[in-house]
Amino acid sequence: MTEIPLLEIKDLRLSYATERGPVWAVDGVSLELRRGEALVVLGESGCGKSSLAKTLLRILPRNARPPGGQVWLEGVNVLAFPEERFRREVRWLRMSLVMQAAMNALNPVIRVGEQVAEPLLIHRGWSKSRALKRAAEVFVEVGIAPAFLSRYPHELSGGMRQRAVLAMALIAEPDLVILDEPTSALDVLTQASIMNVLKRIKRERGTSFVLITHDVATSSELADRVALMYAGQVVEEASATTFFRQPAHPYSRLLMAAVPRLHQREKPVGIAGRPPSLLDPPPGCRFAARCPHNSPACAQDPEVIELADRHRVRCWLPVGGGVP
Amino acid sequence: MRQPLLVVKGLQTHFELRQWGFLRLGSVRALDGVDFTLDAGESAAVVGESGCGKSTLARTLLGIYRPTAGEAWFAGQSLARLQGRALKEYRARVGYVQQDPYGALPPFMTVRRALAEPLIIHGVRGRAERERRIAAALEEVGLGASPEVQESYPHQLSGGQQQRVVIARALLLRPRLIIADEPVSMLDASVRVEILDLLQRVQTEHGIALLYITHDLSTVRHYAQRVMVMYAGRLAEQAPVESLLARPQHPYSEALLAALVDPEAGNADQERQVPQGEPPNLLNPPAGCRFHPRCPKFMAGTCDRKEPPAFEPFSGHLAACWLRRGQ
Repeated sequence: MTEIPLLEIKDLRLSYATERGPVWAVDGVSLELRRGEALVVLGESGCGKSSLAKTLLRILPRNARPPGGQVWLEGVNVLAFPEERFRREVRWLRMSLVMQAAMNALNPVIRVGEQVAEPLLIHRGWSKSRALKRAAEVFVEVGIAPAFLSRYPHELSGGMRQRAVLAMALIAEPDLVILDEPTSALDVLTQASIMNVLKRIKRERGTSFVLITHDVATSSELADRVALMYAGQVVEEASATTFFRQPAHPYSRLLMAAVPRLHQREKPVGIAGRPPSLLDPPPGCRFAARCPHNSPACAQDPEVIELADRHRVRCWLPVGGGVP
Repeated sequence: MRQPLLVVKGLQTHFELRQWGFLRLGSVRALDGVDFTLDAGESAAVVGESGCGKSTLARTLLGIYRPTAGEAWFAGQSLARLQGRALKEYRARVGYVQQDPYGALPPFMTVRRALAEPLIIHGVRGRAERERRIAAALEEVGLGASPEVQESYPHQLSGGQQQRVVIARALLLRPRLIIADEPVSMLDASVRVEILDLLQRVQTEHGIALLYITHDLSTVRHYAQRVMVMYAGRLAEQAPVESLLARPQHPYSEALLAALVDPEAGNADQERQVPQGEPPNLLNPPAGCRFHPRCPKFMAGTCDRKEPPAFEPFSGHLAACWLRRGQ
């Protein structure tokens, strides 16, 4: 008897309508996350990672077409919910989101505390005093003095505002918090201290996270598991240990070699070329044009191969007898 | 033999803050007394968090901001006294590469036109000569000089290609110094390294000095010979890169190094040491050392009284910290 995953994404597809035709930002993504785990979705700009987050929470822009596939939250396909039911039962209560520039999305004329307590006021129907009391507790958890509850957003620094938004995402105690580049706009020290908060919350509350980032170093700070995306697809999914020590996909390996490391003498090496256009992606493997192991087999779409338990790779190399 | 190209002494740039255009609220001390020397052909990184004054330093050196006090000399000439023809000459000798390459290129100009502009302004005569130089610069930055590249508009290029055009433009007038302000922070990891490699190659091949301004300490090891750490408008520490990484002398540099991780399995299990608080308000910075309210090694009565001068605990390794007094 296997445990039901907290989140199971099955063959998710999302396209945006443009003048030149549909752009497939998410093209057949399947992922799973168990309770208490942190999954990092790693990828460079334009790989579809943010579109994935927006699809999960259903906050897509207007030109997005209805997504295909399924999103199972503890055995229920929430992607099939009508919007009203999703809003009432899922968003903020079971699944919440912290976006990259969320700190700039706070309403400037409403006190921070009232905004942070909003999920409890609206979805749980709590009284204002009770919700604010709870907000004060969550503020302490994320590292802001409760005195700031009665301040306005402009009175808080960028790092504090980002913490406030994190408090808002946590206040209704959702099972899953989705973080879309939560620290990219912040400074090194603020970044490290917010990552500390996330680690503590994960450990103490058992909250599950999906962290979306382009930054390999940040990804290693929270990940139990890593899914690397390229041109709308997941190319490798593995435990953090496997991913950082022995990645299998050529793109994973090249990306690791491209990261400058403070404690390493060898120089990082860039990856020549650029990702294909998602307007009209080439047939076969999407990384082939930049891949050092490119072979005729790569002209065909690679299958997703399970190399070990929960270690999947979208590449012909492991089965084709290619040179590792 | 050291050959100083840029000498900066006590440089300050303050911004006056006014309400309704006349009510003085005070001055933001964005850059507040910085001393350093950059040799010809040398590469130095300026590292710091946002608001530490690193971009103000760049823009003051470029002549965009007028310094409030202090001086800077470029090849022996004082920047404050540069005017007219000499100022124009100076601008030709200093290339600028900024963070947002798309913002740096006029959207309505083709690559060829954008590159011809500085040549025309600086009086390079003859269309043929200009085209020869443009082609050479485009070849040098790895874009190739094909008509296709030259006739493209910025929006048709990727971020990495745009940044290459910006670097080509900086090279056209044969600069002796390139100031690169966060040149790769808007680019993807796989492209970042290529642009940094390119900057390093042109720097060494032409003996150009490079001032590389960044918030990302992890890149400095491979792309700079010397590093200067800025905090709240001042230099906390400056040293050869290897020396700073091996033995940081300022608690702020220590904190930065401790907060920075290399991607490795097992990072998620450890919490980082991070100093409390945030950088000070530069309208009213704290007395004494500006890092003292956050410093884990704070010594009451010393650090909060007097601004620490730069001590030199090791040769060529300077740290503005009272802990290093008498070392």
